[in-house]
Amino acid sequence: MAEDAILKLNHITKVYPGVVALRDVSLSFRQGEIHAIVGENGAGKSTLIKTISGAIQPTQGTIEVGGSTYDYMTPSLSRQNGVAVIYQEFTLIPVLSASENIFMGEFIMNGMVLDRKAMDKKAEELFARLKVKIDPKTLVADLTTGYQQIVEIAKAISKDAKLLIMDEPSAPLTTSEVEAMFNIVDTLKKQGVTIIYISHRMEEIFRLSDRVSVMRDGQYITTLNTKDTSKRELIKLMVGRELSETYPKRSKEAGETILSIKNLTGNGVKNISFDVRKGEILGLAGLIGAGRTELAQLVFGYEEIDGGEIILDGKTICPENAEEAISQGIALVPEDRKRQGLVLEMDIRENSTLPSLKRISRFSVIDSEKELSITGTYMESLRIKAPGHYQKTKNLSGGNQQKVVLAKWLAMSPQVLIFDEPTRGIDVGAKQEIYNIMSELADEGKTILMISSDMEELIGMSDRIAVLCRGRLSAILEADEFSQELILSKSAGGELDD
Amino acid sequence: MTSKKSLFRSKEMGIFLVLIVLFIIFSIASPQFLKMKNIFNITKQIATLGICSVGFTFVLITGGIDLSLGYQISLINIVCAYLIVKLGVNWVAAILIVLLLGTLIGFINGFIITKTGVAPLIVTLSMMTILNGLSYLISKGLPIFGFPDKFSYLGQGSMGPVPVSLLFLIAIQLIGAFILNKTYFGRYFYAIGSNEEAAQLSGVNTGRTRIMVYSLCGFFTAIGAILMLSRLNSAQSATGAGFEFDVLTACVLGGVSSSGGKGTMLGALIGVLIVGVLDNGLLLMNVSEYIQLVIKGAILLVAVIYDTMSKTNSEKIKRMKAINADNA
Repeated sequence: MAEDAILKLNHITKVYPGVVALRDVSLSFRQGEIHAIVGENGAGKSTLIKTISGAIQPTQGTIEVGGSTYDYMTPSLSRQNGVAVIYQEFTLIPVLSASENIFMGEFIMNGMVLDRKAMDKKAEELFARLKVKIDPKTLVADLTTGYQQIVEIAKAISKDAKLLIMDEPSAPLTTSEVEAMFNIVDTLKKQGVTIIYISHRMEEIFRLSDRVSVMRDGQYITTLNTKDTSKRELIKLMVGRELSETYPKRSKEAGETILSIKNLTGNGVKNISFDVRKGEILGLAGLIGAGRTELAQLVFGYEEIDGGEIILDGKTICPENAEEAISQGIALVPEDRKRQGLVLEMDIRENSTLPSLKRISRFSVIDSEKELSITGTYMESLRIKAPGHYQKTKNLSGGNQQKVVLAKWLAMSPQVLIFDEPTRGIDVGAKQEIYNIMSELADEGKTILMISSDMEELIGMSDRIAVLCRGRLSAILEADEFSQELILSKSAGGELDD
Repeated sequence: MTSKKSLFRSKEMGIFLVLIVLFIIFSIASPQFLKMKNIFNITKQIATLGICSVGFTFVLITGGIDLSLGYQISLINIVCAYLIVKLGVNWVAAILIVLLLGTLIGFINGFIITKTGVAPLIVTLSMMTILNGLSYLISKGLPIFGFPDKFSYLGQGSMGPVPVSLLFLIAIQLIGAFILNKTYFGRYFYAIGSNEEAAQLSGVNTGRTRIMVYSLCGFFTAIGAILMLSRLNSAQSATGAGFEFDVLTACVLGGVSSSGGKGTMLGALIGVLIVGVLDNGLLLMNVSEYIQLVIKGAILLVAVIYDTMSKTNSEKIKRMKAINADNA
């Protein structure tokens, strides 16, 4: 078994400041197999791929490939060893033709000029190998997503790929395109290409893969022969862990309904309705791309509403921008803290007062005493650890950055707070603090919508959980119904109810 | 963390030292240079540059640029002169009208940039050409002169030994510093230039703020243009050509980042002084105009390279720190 391994990972560990993304992962891939990798969001699948493709360097461990052992890969080293990755976002240039894209960077030349004929011919051969018909001269922009992906695959195999990594390849495709993609994957397998297939969708894993490896919390759990396992077993392995966090108990019951979403449509979200009560934490569950962040953007006025209503405190609101949403008492703690939550070049004081600046100004002049007192109040109550308010937020840890984002909203005393992945990239201690703060806020009568991909967190923190699937609401679960299996099955569109 | 603060200060300190060194070199090279009369002469010459740099600094801090500034000066000179000399409008009224005109030009720049999303470089470049054409259309390419004495007093006169234009410069620089440091608008400028998306998601009306910044730039440019017209006593369509380049050089020299988010009024002022001293000193040393161009271009290049390098360097240092923390 060892001799037919095309690539072996030995004790790979990857540590980011404050987070262990991969913990002692050992895994080997056999020549010519389709090897699926499953795990929840944040289980470490992407980090694993990036380790193999050379996009990142592991903190510890070695990689065996092509008869040599390496401490880390580089992008060019991994390409030399026949590794190619198909990412969810394509790397094609839309204004160039299919063949030009395939040979990008390694153009076939005829003296000083491009030899388009030779490239088109070779592209045709590649497409024939994949058993599809695409005119190599077609501009990529004119191809459907499914065909674009095929061009991407052709580009990968043109460089003589022996190991093809596919990251959620079916995510952008329609049902018929998925079927075509499966055929291509099968064809490649027959030609001896090894495929690492990453997907959330169970049916694809059972349809395609020979073996499946399960990851959880950055750890390798096990590898099974696909035919010897079941969907239920895989899900159990993916989520089955002991609760490691303690979630604060809340002292108060939720009050009357304060926020009603009625048939809300737009920004990829379709016809969503639910009510949230004062002092309630409503969890929003779903896979990546299910429409949770998109829903938050609608409520926060960041994207245009096509239909439906948002009723806050008895008033129909239709925020056209964040400024309006904020003035209605809505706050958003965004998923991407560094890009959307903070102005990193600014200090704690400047960030925490940014939304309230206008309020604490007289004749446009900032009242610097009020500014300092706001900053001081929240630095203390949220326990922001920094030498002083003049610390630039780019120099803070993830947990403290998140607290600064919170500080800026609490200073506005909002009625509704939307948290998008509130604890992503935050270490365990700070996580606990964020949970406590959220719980206190709910007790104070604030309403919280919490988007999270962390099952434990969702179940631990939420009073109710709304599950989204492909832009629609697929279920609202009451506390006594919570289970990881049910949430996962509803997230996948109920396809597991077999 | 205080070290970071003092480092920032030292950046202004560094550029201030450059100014001192230039002063010393020119004092040695030309006996005329340090005379009181010449020093006041420099301040008269840089008044327009210094006043324009205020609005330009705002624009740069928000991550934009206004290339139309030079020909805006030309057009305002021509319109102001036309109103006073050809139409016989009272000079105070004429000044008010062109102040409005400057603000309007800035507003149009800002409006197009915000509402269409076209890059500021392209919008203001097009505006620059339009303004150039307009000023020739009005003047028919001929100089306009013959202003009342009171008007000329603004740019040429003195209160005691102090030139009036210097007083204008100081007042406007103080207003600029006040807006940047004390008002919430000023804070918005930095936030937008540093991370527009985060600013927007924090409830900053980025569009309105941008339009305001370009309007202010137009307003301050108009003030600068009026002082220039008053000093030169003659309006010509070519007057402002290339002036935006001097302003850009001064601002970037003074540490106002050409990519937004960074810069101070004091820094920009020091940059203006350097450009002014350089112009004056080279002139006194009889250096040809063309060599002056080469020198100024080279200086802007060095300043921009320094600005970019210090940014990438600090990012590199940050990365290295993160890697070291990883290994620890």
